[in-house]
Amino acid sequence: MNVPGQQPQTSAWSMYRAIVGIGAFCALVIVVVFQSTAARIRDNQERFLAAAIADVLPETRTTVAVGLAEDGRLVPTTETLALPVFLAYDEAEQLAGAVLTAMGMGYQDNIRVLYAYSFEQNAIVGFKILESKETPGLGDRVEIEPHFIANFEALDASLSVDGSALANPIVTVKQGEKTDPWQIDGITGATITSEALGNILNNSASEWVPVLERDAGTIERGDRSNGQ
Amino acid sequence: MASKEVTSTDEFVKGLWRDNPVFIQVLGMCPALAVSNTALNALAMGLATTFVLLMSGLSVSLLRNFIPREARIVCYICIIATFVTSVDYLIMALSLELHRALGAFIALIVVNCLILGRAEAFASKHKPGRALLDGLGMGVGFTLALLFIGVVREILGSGSLFGVAVFPDGFQTWTVMVLPSGGFFAMALWLLIVNRIKQKQAAAAKTVEVTS
Repeated sequence: MNVPGQQPQTSAWSMYRAIVGIGAFCALVIVVVFQSTAARIRDNQERFLAAAIADVLPETRTTVAVGLAEDGRLVPTTETLALPVFLAYDEAEQLAGAVLTAMGMGYQDNIRVLYAYSFEQNAIVGFKILESKETPGLGDRVEIEPHFIANFEALDASLSVDGSALANPIVTVKQGEKTDPWQIDGITGATITSEALGNILNNSASEWVPVLERDAGTIERGDRSNGQ
Repeated sequence: MASKEVTSTDEFVKGLWRDNPVFIQVLGMCPALAVSNTALNALAMGLATTFVLLMSGLSVSLLRNFIPREARIVCYICIIATFVTSVDYLIMALSLELHRALGAFIALIVVNCLILGRAEAFASKHKPGRALLDGLGMGVGFTLALLFIGVVREILGSGSLFGVAVFPDGFQTWTVMVLPSGGFFAMALWLLIVNRIKQKQAAAAKTVEVTS
């Protein structure tokens, strides 16, 4: 196809110049945009999380992000964890509860949730889905169905006598068959999603509630960050 | 002077109706069907695509003598990807909720054949001014088409428009319209209407030709 003279051959240099030149230009544009939006994006993320925390535990005034030390004790942390855990303090600077992020597989994709644990009631007292791609009209009803949301007004998460595990695992039961405070009344038509949420809460609470109950009181006030 | 003005207007208007990217060229179907489940998502996706069309059209047109033919596709894709990444950050800075709703489809603007198509077929052969007009026309045409589909899907599927309820409480929403299949239904409906109008126009034009 390459008839000489019909289309002059492009020199390697001009191709090299074009590709490298455009690459450098594009890199510059991306760096400029990233630098100029980074602060706004971080603000947005913080505001979103603060609003979500206030949603699940309205008493919250300040929060401390906590993590696990190497010896398994609860310590304040400044790292941004994939699934952050916060201790929440109220206006009187008293421990109001803990707010935890948890994640697990739903029907379509991972579901990320935020929930509040109350030390007074030994129960999950607030719940919000942060991220979900569940089927619109079916699985995503877990966010709007009133009887399902009512599960999380006081979902029992008390510990066994030795304090090492939940006394009763959190499970999802069929719609209308809830008999115990640690059961989640599921949604017919969103079976897999409601069961997935039960598993997510059970796994996260089994891991964190024993540690929180043991160590939450030991966190120093001075370590408190000034959240919303 | 007058005739030149007509052509620049035409450069813009052709994307709206005669060469509408979605209804006539049937390009960029993936985002048109996937993120048109609400009017707001459709509008945001359309505007993001318009921005990328404008910026990539301008850059390709400015660099058209610098980019060798053999290496043009890699250069275009690189330019398009840059502006898509920028849009991604800009939307995140604007609203995280919107970013969440559009999801992976922002990144997928890169492979929207409409954008590469305009860069290759138009911007690489014309001056920056005309390339901008063409990009704007195509972008607005794409946005309008997405909005048309989105409005139908949101009204029937969620009983609302831009999040405001339009039906009384008792309305039973057609969930299927929010699901992917609803995109095909709404798309088919609009294609039917557009083709019908086109046919009528063609028939009318023919009659005029015969009688004159």
